[in-house]
Amino acid sequence: MTRPNEEEILGKSYDIVLMNRLLGYLKPYRLQVAISFAAILGISALQLAQPYLMMIAIDRHIAVGDVAGLTRIALLFLLILVGGFVLEAVRIHTMQMMGQHIMVNLRSEIFKHLQRLDLRFYDRNPVGRLITRVTTDVDVLNELFTAGVVAVFGDLFMLLGIMVVLLSMNWKLALITFSVLPLIFVVTHWFRRNARQSYRMVRVLIARINAFLQEHIIGMSTVQLFRQEEQVFQRFYKINRSHGDANIASIFYYAVFYPAIEVIGSVAAALILWYGGGDVLAGALSLGALVAFLQYSQRFFKPISDLSEKFNILQAAMASSERIFTLLDTPVHICSPENHVHRNESTNYQIIFDDVSFAYASDDYVLQDVSFEVSPGERVGIVGATGAGKTTLINLLLRFYDVNRGRVLVNGRNVREFDLQELRQMFGLVLQDVYLFSGTVEGNIRLGDEKISDAKIRQAAEAVHADQFIKQLPGQYLSVIAERGATLSVGQKQLLSFARALAFDPKILILDEATSSVDTQTEVFIRDALRKLMSGRTTLAIAHRLSTIQDMDKILVLHRGKVVEVGSHHELLSQRGLYYKLYQLQYEDQKHAPNPKDGFVS
Amino acid sequence: MNKSFKKLFPYALRYRRNFILGLGCVVMTTAVTLLGPWVLKYAIDDLLGSVTRERLAFYALVLPVIAIVGGVFRFLMRHLIVGASREIECDLRNDFFAHLKRQPLSYFQKNRTGDLMSRATNDLNAVRMMIGPAMMYMATTAIVFIVAIVMMILIDPWLTALALIPLPLVSITVKYFGAAIHRRFERIQEQLSNLSVVVQESLSGIRVVKAYGQEQAEFVRFVRANQQYLEQNKSLILLQAFFHPSMTLLLGFGALIMLWLGAREVIHGRITVGDFVAFNGYLVLLTWPMIAFGWVTNLFQRGMASWERMLEVLETVPLIDDRNACEIDHPTKWRGNIEFRNLSFAYGDFDVINRISVEISSGQTVAIIGHTGSGKSTLISMLPRIFDPPPGTVFIDGVDVKEIPLEILRGLIGFVQQEPFLFSTKVNENIAFGTTYGQDQKVLSSISSVEWAAGVARLDKDVDVFPEGYDTVVGERGITLSGGQKQRVALARALITDPKILILDDAFSAVDTYTEEEMLVGLRKVMSGRTTIIVSHRISTIRNADQILVMENGQIVECGQHDELVKLDGIYAILHRKQLLEKELNES
Repeated sequence: MTRPNEEEILGKSYDIVLMNRLLGYLKPYRLQVAISFAAILGISALQLAQPYLMMIAIDRHIAVGDVAGLTRIALLFLLILVGGFVLEAVRIHTMQMMGQHIMVNLRSEIFKHLQRLDLRFYDRNPVGRLITRVTTDVDVLNELFTAGVVAVFGDLFMLLGIMVVLLSMNWKLALITFSVLPLIFVVTHWFRRNARQSYRMVRVLIARINAFLQEHIIGMSTVQLFRQEEQVFQRFYKINRSHGDANIASIFYYAVFYPAIEVIGSVAAALILWYGGGDVLAGALSLGALVAFLQYSQRFFKPISDLSEKFNILQAAMASSERIFTLLDTPVHICSPENHVHRNESTNYQIIFDDVSFAYASDDYVLQDVSFEVSPGERVGIVGATGAGKTTLINLLLRFYDVNRGRVLVNGRNVREFDLQELRQMFGLVLQDVYLFSGTVEGNIRLGDEKISDAKIRQAAEAVHADQFIKQLPGQYLSVIAERGATLSVGQKQLLSFARALAFDPKILILDEATSSVDTQTEVFIRDALRKLMSGRTTLAIAHRLSTIQDMDKILVLHRGKVVEVGSHHELLSQRGLYYKLYQLQYEDQKHAPNPKDGFVS
Repeated sequence: MNKSFKKLFPYALRYRRNFILGLGCVVMTTAVTLLGPWVLKYAIDDLLGSVTRERLAFYALVLPVIAIVGGVFRFLMRHLIVGASREIECDLRNDFFAHLKRQPLSYFQKNRTGDLMSRATNDLNAVRMMIGPAMMYMATTAIVFIVAIVMMILIDPWLTALALIPLPLVSITVKYFGAAIHRRFERIQEQLSNLSVVVQESLSGIRVVKAYGQEQAEFVRFVRANQQYLEQNKSLILLQAFFHPSMTLLLGFGALIMLWLGAREVIHGRITVGDFVAFNGYLVLLTWPMIAFGWVTNLFQRGMASWERMLEVLETVPLIDDRNACEIDHPTKWRGNIEFRNLSFAYGDFDVINRISVEISSGQTVAIIGHTGSGKSTLISMLPRIFDPPPGTVFIDGVDVKEIPLEILRGLIGFVQQEPFLFSTKVNENIAFGTTYGQDQKVLSSISSVEWAAGVARLDKDVDVFPEGYDTVVGERGITLSGGQKQRVALARALITDPKILILDDAFSAVDTYTEEEMLVGLRKVMSGRTTIIVSHRISTIRNADQILVMENGQIVECGQHDELVKLDGIYAILHRKQLLEKELNES
C-alpha cells in the first residue's frame, strides 16, 4: 500500500515454477490432501444424486401414488443431506487446518531466514516491508491452499459428473443442453478478461490513492505552510475520481455477467422444455427425467462462474509467493563455516586487527589498513570524530559485516573460522542507543537466555546500580517495559543494558558509550558500573566520558578510517596532537555536565 | 434511527435518482424472475394433459424472454445502486482528505498515520458495503420474500407454512454465525498485529539479537506468537466448518419437506405435478434472500461501526483556523516586522517557552542558538501558526498573527525545516511546490525561477549530476537525496515563493560548511530588505547576524551580536570555543 512500486506488482496469473514450488508445501500433507479429495468426490456425488431422486419420486411414486416409496425416497434424501453435511464439514476443516499449518511453517521459515540475513540486507530493506512478507503475503497464500487449489477440482468434478449423468439419462437431450456451453465459455472469457483488466486498474489506483494519502498525511504541515491545500486536494480529487470511474467501469462487467449467465441458463431450460417436452409427449422421456434435466442444467452454471472467481485468488497468490520466494532466495553471506574451530576456554582473550580495510558501499572505504592489538585483559579505548569509523570496528569484530581486506583475529584465529554464535557469545555488547524489547525488566536483562538465573539477574542489576530504579518500579523486576522503553530515562536504559552485559558474563566487553548527558547521580552510577564491567575483561570501548577515556590502558585515535595515534592518556596528551584537541573538545562538552572535576585530572 | 446514520443522508440524497430508479429495477427484476417457475408449472401440467407442439414452443420461448427482461433490470439495478455507492465512496474519501488538510500539526501528532489510513481504507470500504450492496440485497430480499411467498400460498398455503419452517433458521444461522465469525475474525486480526509487533521488534533489534546470540530465543518468541495466531484461526475454522454445511443442510430440509409432504399432496390430488415443480422453484429462489438477510444485518453493523469511526475524524473541528481573522486591506504592504510579546507556551503540562519578548525589525537577520529542547523550534513555529500562540503574543507588522488569515500569513513566511518533507515527485515540482503553477508541466520547464532558486540554494551543481536533471523523481521511485540535498531543495522551495520573512530552522545542519558559506552569501543578497530568522547549532552560520538570541529552558538568556556575546563569556562563548576546536580537528 505504502510502496506502490513493489506492492503494485500483481503477478502473472500462472507461473509453472512458482506453482510447483508452492505445491511442494503440500507434500507433507498427503493424507490431508487425500481426505479432502475424497470428501470433494463424495460431496459432488451426493449433490448429483438429489435431482435424480426427484426424478424417481416423480416417475415411480407420485405417478403411481406410492406413498410408502415416497417415504423411502425422503429418507434417502435425508441421508444424503446429513452425509453432505458431514463430508463438507470434514473437507473444510481438513483443508483449512492444513492451510494453517503450512502457513505457520512458512512463516517460521521466513522469519528464520530473516534472522540469518546479514545486516547489509537490513541496511537496504525497511523492517516494515519485511513484516508484510511474514504476515500479509503469507495470508494471501493461505487463500490459495484453502479456497483455491482443491476447490478447483471440486468444481471440475461437479461439471464432469453432471455431464456424465445427463448423457446416460438421454444423450440426445444432453447434447442439446450442452449446446449452450460454448456461449457460456465465450461470456465467461469475455468477463474474465475485462474484469481482470479493470480489477488491475482498480488495484493500481487504490494503491496510488493510499500512497498519496499516506504521503500527504505525513507531509501535511509542509502542504499547509506552502498553502497548497487546495492544489493538493485537486490532485487527490483527480486520482480519487479515476479510481471511482474504474470501479464504476468494473461494475459494468459484473452487472452484465451475472444476468448473461442467467439468460443462457434460461435458454438451456427452454431447449430442454421444448425438445424434452416433445420427447415426453412422444413417450421417449419421463416427466421426472425432464424435471431432473431442468434441475441439473441449473447446477451446471455455478461451477463455471466459480472457476473464474478462483482465478483472482490464484493471481494474488502468485504475486505474494513471488515476493516471499525472492526473500527466501536472498543468500546469506555471513554464516558459520562448516568446520569451525572451538574457542579454548583457558585462553586469555585477545583481539588483533591486521591491516583491515572495509567499505559499506563499493569503494567508499570507512576503514583503511587499520592494525592494532588488544592484549588479554587490556582495556583499549577508541576516540575519534563522528564518522571516523569507530562503530565499524565493532561491526567487523562481531562479524556483522566481513572485511574487504585484512583479517580480524580473536585468540589468534580469524573470526571467520568460528561458529557465529560461539564467536558472538564471547562478546558483551553495550550499544549507544539501548534497544529494549517489549516484556519485563527481567526479560530485557536475560534476553531469553533461560540459563541465566533470577539470582544472577539481580546480582548483575545490583552491581551496576540498576536495582535502585528497578525496585521503584511498580512490578520491580517483573514490570512491563513500555514500547521501546519510553517510560525509562536515558540513564536508566543504559544501566539496564549494563546489567544485561554483566549477566551474560562475557569474555570480551565491547562498549559504545552514549554521549547523552544524564543527571549527577546517574552519572556516578554509570561510571562505577563501567568500572565493574571492565574489571578483568578484555575491553574495546568507544569512549566519550573523560573518566572512561583516562582509565584505559591504551587509546587509539581514529581519524578518517585510519589509526593516527596510539598510546596512554598521558602520552597522547603530551604529544599535543589530534588526541589533545579531541580531549579539549570533550572537556568543553562536559564542562557543563555534572561533576566535571574528577574527569579532568592532569 | 440513530444520529450518526442520519449524517449519511446528505451523501445518499445526492444520488437519490439512482436509488429510486434502482429500487424500481429491483421490483421489476424480482417480479419478472418470479414468473419463471409459474411458466414451468403450466408447461408441466400441460405435458401431463394435452399439449400441442406450438404451445410447448411458446412456453420454451417465454423462459428466455423472462430472463432477458429480468436481466436488463438486474443490470440496471446493479449499475444504479452499486454505482451510487461508488460515487458516495468517492465523495466520502474526498471529504475525508479535505478535512485532514485543515487539521494542524498537533492533530497528526495525536492521531497516527496508520490509524488515519485505516479509517480512509478499511472503514470507508465497510461504509460503502453498507450503502451499496447491503442496501441492494436488502431491497431484493424483502421483495423476493414477499412475492415468492404470495405465489407459494396461491399454490398451497399449508405446504407453504411447512416448507418455510427452515427458512428463518437460515437467517438466524447466518446472523449468529456471521457475528461469531466476525468476532473471531477481529481477534485474529489482533493476534496478527501482535505477531507483526513481535517480528518488528525482533528485526529492528536484530543487532542486539545477533550480538547476544539470541536468535533461538527470539525464534521461540516468534513461534509462540505464530502458534497463538494458529490457535485463534483454529477456532474460526471450526465455526466455518459448521457454518457452510449447516446452511446447505437447512436449505436441504426445505427441499426434503417438499419432496415428502409436497409429493403426498400431489398423490392425493390436492396439487398438480406442475404446482409441485413450481413450488420447488420458488423455494430455490428464496434461498439466496434468506442467506443475504443474515449477511446484510452483519454488513450494517460493521458499516455503522466504521461510519462512526470515520465521523470521529470528519467531525473534529480544526484547532487552528481563521476564526479570529480580520479583514486585511492591503496585503502587499507587509514589511516583516516581528514581535513576540510576553509569549509563554506549553505542550500539555510541559512549559516550553517562558515569557519571551523580542522585537525584530524588517530587514534584520536574527539568529537563535541553544541546546536541543531549549524551545527554539517551538518559538519560530508560532509565526506561521504551526502551533497556535495565545492571543496577543505574536505580531507581524503590529497585527496579531491570529487575526491574519492563514492564507496571507503563511504566504508571508518561507519556512525551512531541519528535516524537510519532500514529496515523491520531480525535483522541479518539489521546488515549485509553493507556487500556483507547481502542477503545470509547461511552465515548469520554461520557468527560470526554479533554476534561480536552486542556484541560490547551491543545488544547481547537484542537479546537473542527477540522471534526469530537474525532472529526476525524488524518493523511492527515483534517487535518494542526501540530507544536505534535501535541505537545499527545501530552501529553494521556500525561496521561490518570494517570502517577506524567511525562517530557517536548523536548515543547514546536513550541509557542509563550505557550501553553507556560499549559500549564506547568496541568501544575504536575496534577503536584503526582508526578515530572516536563522536557528542553528553552528556559530559559523550565525556569526554575522544582526542579533543573536541564546535560548535556554524556554527563555532568552543572552542577546547581542557575535563579538558582544563572545566577550560576555557565557553559553555562547563556550559554544564558540568548542566549535573552533572542532574546526581545527577537521582541518588537521
